[in-house]
Amino acid sequence: MSFEPGLYHILFVSTALFFIGVLGFFTRRNLITMLMSLELILNSVNLNFIAFNKYVWPGQLDGLFFTLFIIAIAAAEAAVAIAIIINLYRNSQSIDVNNAEELKY
Amino acid sequence: MNEFLTLMKSELVLTGIIFLLLFIKIGKGIKNESLLPLIQVLLLANFIFGFFLNQPGRLFGDMFYTTPVIAFQKNILNLGVYLISLVCADWLRKTPHLPEFFLLMLSALLGMFFMISSANLLIFYLSLELATIPVAAMANFDLEKKRSSEGAMKMILSSAFSSGVLLFGISLIYGTTGTISLPLLGERLDGSALQILAFIFFFSAFAFKLSVVPFHLWTADVYEGSPIAVTSFLSVISKGAVAFIFMTMLFRVFEPLHATWHLMLVILSIATMVVGNIFALRQQNIKRFLAFSSIAQVGFILVALTGQDYRYHMNSTAVIYFVLIYIFSNLAAFGVAAVVSEKTGRENIDDFRGFYKNNPFLSWVLALALFSLAGIPPTAGFFGKLFLITTGASDANYWYIIVVALNLIVSLYYYLRLVRAVFMDKNESAAEAVPVNAPVRLGLILCGAGILLTGVLSWIFDYIHSL
Repeated sequence: MSFEPGLYHILFVSTALFFIGVLGFFTRRNLITMLMSLELILNSVNLNFIAFNKYVWPGQLDGLFFTLFIIAIAAAEAAVAIAIIINLYRNSQSIDVNNAEELKY
Repeated sequence: MNEFLTLMKSELVLTGIIFLLLFIKIGKGIKNESLLPLIQVLLLANFIFGFFLNQPGRLFGDMFYTTPVIAFQKNILNLGVYLISLVCADWLRKTPHLPEFFLLMLSALLGMFFMISSANLLIFYLSLELATIPVAAMANFDLEKKRSSEGAMKMILSSAFSSGVLLFGISLIYGTTGTISLPLLGERLDGSALQILAFIFFFSAFAFKLSVVPFHLWTADVYEGSPIAVTSFLSVISKGAVAFIFMTMLFRVFEPLHATWHLMLVILSIATMVVGNIFALRQQNIKRFLAFSSIAQVGFILVALTGQDYRYHMNSTAVIYFVLIYIFSNLAAFGVAAVVSEKTGRENIDDFRGFYKNNPFLSWVLALALFSLAGIPPTAGFFGKLFLITTGASDANYWYIIVVALNLIVSLYYYLRLVRAVFMDKNESAAEAVPVNAPVRLGLILCGAGILLTGVLSWIFDYIHSL
């Protein structure tokens, strides 16, 4: 007997992935790990779009195109973020958020 | 082809300027002293050209649309960028990467133009990113200062997170309605539970960009860390552009969910005003002070969005008018702060004590700007606030309006505290006379004239309303 995953299974996975990403973003103190959590969030959105496109609105291409653009933009965002993180590292020899605390309150 | 040229003319002109700057950058280096006036003239020409050839129309299979109101909104942003290039001229002349700075700034502006004109969630998302990512790079422009990169890091991480939240909302909206085209979306929304959840995600992403209160924490840090030209761009131009597209989204697209977002706006606007005001009371750094005051001002913009007359364009007129005035008053305040911090390195409010003694011109401009931000007649800020609160009161929700008015009084305290420090406090070590260059003087005079005249000339409001 073969098991066919349905829309709800995929939505469960993508929502779980989204909130794992949010949790990681809030609890991790290393900037690179925070960026990885952000990628999890964006990829959960990609899964969502693909699943909706396949199961709910077959025959449309909007969701697929959206996914392609999200992948491209995520790469651009990560590039700028890593450039900024490298510069922060040059200035303070650390990529821990707890050390970036000159600006507060 | 002809239609393409006229409908997209603001974007095309801006792209032309961006390419020109790129070629200047690639070719033999021009000194900043001669490049900056060229950029200022180009931006002025861009602003003047924005008044012509404004027709309504749609392009790219209804993904892009423009109307005279949208053209006017874009031109307000053009004016703001021109004024920034004037009032921050001291800092700009010294920066070693002047062409890159304007490349990033104008790319962000291009993103905002597409964002205001977008009629499709895909274009909206792409242009939102185009409007955000360059600004984060700009915030890091003081490369060797740790504060600058710390502010930029906070900005890129929080904006990436907020766009992730926005995308999750968009994906749920796509799942429930099956379209990402904004006009179709307005017809297909029915207010089911999943759509309301999706809308909350969507709304919170806007709240991040507008720095509405539960999502405001990045604002003050980024404002304080980045160079003052970037701070003024962030506080005026980005806020204005996001406010414009936020109005369109609420009034046109998410109109079926009116009951939901009306309550959210009322609660969030009160929270925004109260928190912005309370934190502004205790700030010592002038950039941080202006950051919290700009959070409070966003709260007043949200008040106008709660009004019931949005079908007659009263709300949108009041918001556009207020953003125009806000550009003048905030850029005047930031301009004075920029001159002082560039020439003397002082950024604290205490350093402004007795400032009037040696710098009467800067003091008067600062006083005008702060009166306008506080909303004291006859400056334009009074009329801006008047229209915002009048449209907000069209709900007949008077307790709410009383809370808003009380917040206005609180905001008077901290604006006038700075005015008192400048004019009345005696200080032995008062700041010596700060030289004001010609472009900065021109920019400050333009801002001052805008503050004095925009409110009194009633045809400006009528003109915006007639568009």
